[in-house]
Amino acid sequence: MGIKAQNISKSFKNVTALKNISFDVKEGELFGLIGPDGAGKSTLFRILTTLLFADKGNATVAGFDVVEDYKNIRKNVGYMPGRFSLYQDLTVEENLEFYATIFGTTIEENYDLIKEIYIQIEPFKKRRAGKLSGGMKQKLALSCALIHKPKVLFLDEPTTGVDPVSRKEFWEMLKRLQQKGITILVSTPYMDEAELCDRIALIQHGKIMQIDTPQEIINHYPKNIYNISAENMHNLIECLNEYEHNYSVYPFGENVHYTDKRDLFNSQELYDFLQSKNLKDVEINNTIPTIEDVFMELTK
Amino acid sequence: MKRFIGFIKKEFYHIIRDKRSLFILLGMPIVQIILFGFAITNEINNVDIAILDHSKDVTTQEIINKIASSKYFSIKEYIANETEIERSFKKGKIKAVLIFEKDFSKKLTKENNASIQIITDASDPNTANTISNYINSILRNYQQQINKNIHLAYQINPNTKMIFNPELKSVFMFVPGVMTIILMLVSAMMTSISISREKEFGTMEVLLVSPLKPFQVIIGKVVPYILLSIFNATVIVLLSILVFEMPIEGSLLFLVAENILFIITSLSLGILISTVSENQQKAMMISLVTLMLPTIILSGFIFPISSMPWILQAITNIIPAKWFVIILKGIMLKGVGISYLWKETLILIGMTLFFIMLSIKKYKIRLE
Repeated sequence: MGIKAQNISKSFKNVTALKNISFDVKEGELFGLIGPDGAGKSTLFRILTTLLFADKGNATVAGFDVVEDYKNIRKNVGYMPGRFSLYQDLTVEENLEFYATIFGTTIEENYDLIKEIYIQIEPFKKRRAGKLSGGMKQKLALSCALIHKPKVLFLDEPTTGVDPVSRKEFWEMLKRLQQKGITILVSTPYMDEAELCDRIALIQHGKIMQIDTPQEIINHYPKNIYNISAENMHNLIECLNEYEHNYSVYPFGENVHYTDKRDLFNSQELYDFLQSKNLKDVEINNTIPTIEDVFMELTK
Repeated sequence: MKRFIGFIKKEFYHIIRDKRSLFILLGMPIVQIILFGFAITNEINNVDIAILDHSKDVTTQEIINKIASSKYFSIKEYIANETEIERSFKKGKIKAVLIFEKDFSKKLTKENNASIQIITDASDPNTANTISNYINSILRNYQQQINKNIHLAYQINPNTKMIFNPELKSVFMFVPGVMTIILMLVSAMMTSISISREKEFGTMEVLLVSPLKPFQVIIGKVVPYILLSIFNATVIVLLSILVFEMPIEGSLLFLVAENILFIITSLSLGILISTVSENQQKAMMISLVTLMLPTIILSGFIFPISSMPWILQAITNIIPAKWFVIILKGIMLKGVGISYLWKETLILIGMTLFFIMLSIKKYKIRLE
């Protein structure tokens, strides 16, 4: 009864945006669509929120068909588009009030649902939405999307352009909303946020590459991964790329993540190789893969 | 209904919060009508002229006095010979020179024939034409006066009478035009901009994914501008009555009804434009090019339609503003009612229905 998508395909002129997308979101689940910009996430959101027609395939949201029953879907979902759809020249309070009225409800009626979020921006309720910070805009947009107590919540890249503290708070809020029985489909380009979802779908070039819980996805990572650091990261990457046994080399934060072609990998051998290239302060440690590593592996 | 009122309330916030646009919206009719009324005018008043009098006798003095005493001309200088004419024009002070031939009075009485030459500065052809007409009519007038006691066997007296705007006040011609432009601008351009703004800022996406019906969104967008346009039309009519003493000959109620009809025509055009433009800038450009320019140039309010090439004359028929200008002139200046203007009114209604149908067909309940 959450979301069910079957073989959804969509192209614009010559560009294929989505290829044969199928996935299910259970009722009350927090489901993440993880993928870089241009992977087709927003297009999928628009098809599910009845804003676009799919070329092929079908989908239901909260039990309603996205084509035939679009009117019922529009009554039962909350949608927060990539660009926060707020009226910049209206105040915080006026924005919320407007969305409440057009969905036929009032702020008071559903105040308990948005209370925790709204209370943080309530001190600024007379301020125009255009003058809010990114984090506050995001909270207001979420409040607006929630004001009519939707069964399913669609959040298209809600944390893009928002500071790390607000991002963390935002995910805590989503967890609490989930506990109130709301099904949530959220998309994000940030891999670290993926681990906060119940289940995720990794999406790239309009195709879903893997669907599972974040833990299972990590468990299925086929290789041993090594975290390598040295004084000069640029030289380190160059040297590792020269190393004949390397399978993958990519920067990860301040370090480099490395996998080897061989099943039996001797870190001492690599250490000696790097030393011979005059790299200083070389450190090699075995590490646990993350969603980002999985993603890099899948897109290889 | 509550949803709808909430939506209209939001629209009013948008209009009131945007102080600059609001100022333009409300100030423009006043500025335009005053500009057209006072500055851009075809009338002549106290035009400076020069006199070159070769005879300097009683008759020429009488004529000069007659011209000088009219409010249209004031005599700037008397020049002594032909060579000074050009110098005088070049200084740019005078618009016309009046030259009396030698022995004017003598010739007139002896030969029954004397000549006056009028030289006008045709770098401004309209004014030059008007000046020569005015001088001619003053001379004709004088001629009749001196011939009063003499009975001529055959004589044709053209007796021109200007009706509907007997004083030839150009402001009377401009009021209908300005009214048309303002209503078009406020209704069509502002609605198209305001609808496409929702698209540009992405708020349209959420409006679509809401239980609001498309026609509610559109009507909600349009209502504030109907009120604004009615207010503007009222200001224009009041200004023309109070400041320019323009008589409104026809029924005021009929005038209001026709105004509302034209406002709806413009609004439906605005909606149509918004369905094809995805941002404010495009909406504005389309409005300016397809609505404003034709309204100003082809509606017949500045340039007479009858003197356009046939192809342009044909095009004017599809310009709603043309029909509205005819209706306005009919009501305001001629004082005629629906029995004379039913054809134009029907054409406007037809156009409006056509635009509304087209916009409904083009309005998308989805993003594509």
